[in-house]
Amino acid sequence: MVSNYRIQGATGEWEVVIGLEVHAQITSHSKLFSGASTEFGQEPNCNVSLVDAAMPGMLPVVNGECLRQAVRTGLALNAQINRWSRFDRKNYFYADLPQGYQISQLFHPIVGEGEIEVSLDEKDPEGTVKTIGIERIHVEQDAGKLMHDQHPTMSYVDLNRCGVALMEIVSRPDMGSPLEAGAYVRKLRSILRYVGSCDGNMEQGSMRADVNVSVRKPGEELGTRTETKNVNSIRFIQQVVETEARRQVDLIEDGGTVVQETRLFDPDKGETRSMRSKEDAHDYRYFPDPDLLPIELSEEFVAEARASLPELPDAKRHRYENALGLSAYNAAVLTAEAETARWFEKLAAESAKKQGKPESDVAKAAANWLISDLFGGLNKLGVDLDSSPVSAAQGAELLALVADGTLSGPLAKQVFEIMLETGDDPEKIVEEKGLKQTSDTGAIEAVIADILAANSDKVEEYRGGKDKLFGFFVGQTMKAMQGKANPKVVNELLRKALG
Amino acid sequence: MSVDTQTVLRIASLARIAMSEEEAERLKPELNNILGWVEQLGEVDTSGVEPLAAVIANHTRMRDDVVTDGDKREDILANAPVAEHGFFAVPKVIE
Repeated sequence: MVSNYRIQGATGEWEVVIGLEVHAQITSHSKLFSGASTEFGQEPNCNVSLVDAAMPGMLPVVNGECLRQAVRTGLALNAQINRWSRFDRKNYFYADLPQGYQISQLFHPIVGEGEIEVSLDEKDPEGTVKTIGIERIHVEQDAGKLMHDQHPTMSYVDLNRCGVALMEIVSRPDMGSPLEAGAYVRKLRSILRYVGSCDGNMEQGSMRADVNVSVRKPGEELGTRTETKNVNSIRFIQQVVETEARRQVDLIEDGGTVVQETRLFDPDKGETRSMRSKEDAHDYRYFPDPDLLPIELSEEFVAEARASLPELPDAKRHRYENALGLSAYNAAVLTAEAETARWFEKLAAESAKKQGKPESDVAKAAANWLISDLFGGLNKLGVDLDSSPVSAAQGAELLALVADGTLSGPLAKQVFEIMLETGDDPEKIVEEKGLKQTSDTGAIEAVIADILAANSDKVEEYRGGKDKLFGFFVGQTMKAMQGKANPKVVNELLRKALG
Repeated sequence: MSVDTQTVLRIASLARIAMSEEEAERLKPELNNILGWVEQLGEVDTSGVEPLAAVIANHTRMRDDVVTDGDKREDILANAPVAEHGFFAVPKVIE
């Protein structure tokens, strides 16, 4: 499917072609080639071994867990797993890289071709689905961190991050708009978090992207691309695509040519700028790392990695729709994040247990409550699901109280407000505040009699055919009952009284 | 294969080795001698021979994912020409 996103130039319309290289930090305790910790936020240079500092004579030994996570990620992306792969040295000098080379995989990556399906419209998850190709995933070392603003003439170097394992996930140039690029990264992040191979934390730099952009007249050959490095949010990735495509179109239409180069994104100015001059074009002089033997993965290693995969977002979404009867939209919202799905499944299981019904009978109400009430409430509090004051078990209890008629819809909302504030159990709140719904026909009938007497004109109109007034009587009765009357009983009694 | 002076200077620059043109001139024949010597390998017919990834016929051993190292900042910074507040301090590099 071709994107219909176009840049309007002076000479007509231009297509945009986007490929992304996403660097994802592999979740592990220790580094790719050393036993130093990967913990974030430690004192500078404390998570550094002599291997990371590239002291002479130190030898790298690969962390098996990092390879396992790369393989699991590859399997989750339906990618080919290369049972034989190898590490190469990418040579360059920079103050954040004491070895003078990065250990990476150019020639024989651990994971080959795969693909991701992304939906472009959150409201209509099955409407516009696009398949984005994955070219490869390779494993490599991260570099250290440089700080330029701590001293007038010096840069400070912290090697804590140096040697931490990264997966570089390289897409095919299959995206054609900022929307598609954003949807791709969102989906990739979701899968990585389900798999548990990367925490997907973009603010802490656990996931960042190099954005390749080129432009062309529709139907023509690919244009020259530029690569904007280290973009660390989905919004910025989309901004890079927009501004870089615009810049290239303007440049070409003014008679210039796009130079294949590395660029930097300046989020404050919202523009990209050239990073290295042409004479300095990369010459990484890759060669096989002589310190490391090839990686050979046994069939069992791959089979175990496959068996350890959880249910992935697409499969889960389909199950929620087909087995639990949720709407496509609700299923998509609940499965986008692994935490949300976990929370929902706990809620649905508890609800089924408390109400003595199969999950498929309680799932819809649970999904609606989670998405509108709970998300709405948490939003107001400014907290996420992890720190929700209301637990899944408490939510299930509230839903059970609605299901058995103890609470009406409006009463349930009232109870929920108090739960959000206090974290108390709904049963306790109902008991203490006397919020129980009543089906006491005597009490309701008395109230109805008063209301009909006080509104005799409206009663006449209703009996004269103005059916819509029925809602008015329901409202008045509920108000007089302080919302505690069982609406079903109110309806019945009103119909009887109005004849 | 042989290298000219410009190539020698470029290799030196990529390796961050300061080198004058005279030094490059002097190194050029030395490098070409080495390259010529290695090039003798080209005389061997290697068609049908798989490229060799390692001279040891073995594959890599994997480490368990446990923290066994670190917490040695003093050692790490001991040889640094300048270190401040626990960081290496280097001449300002900014792009």
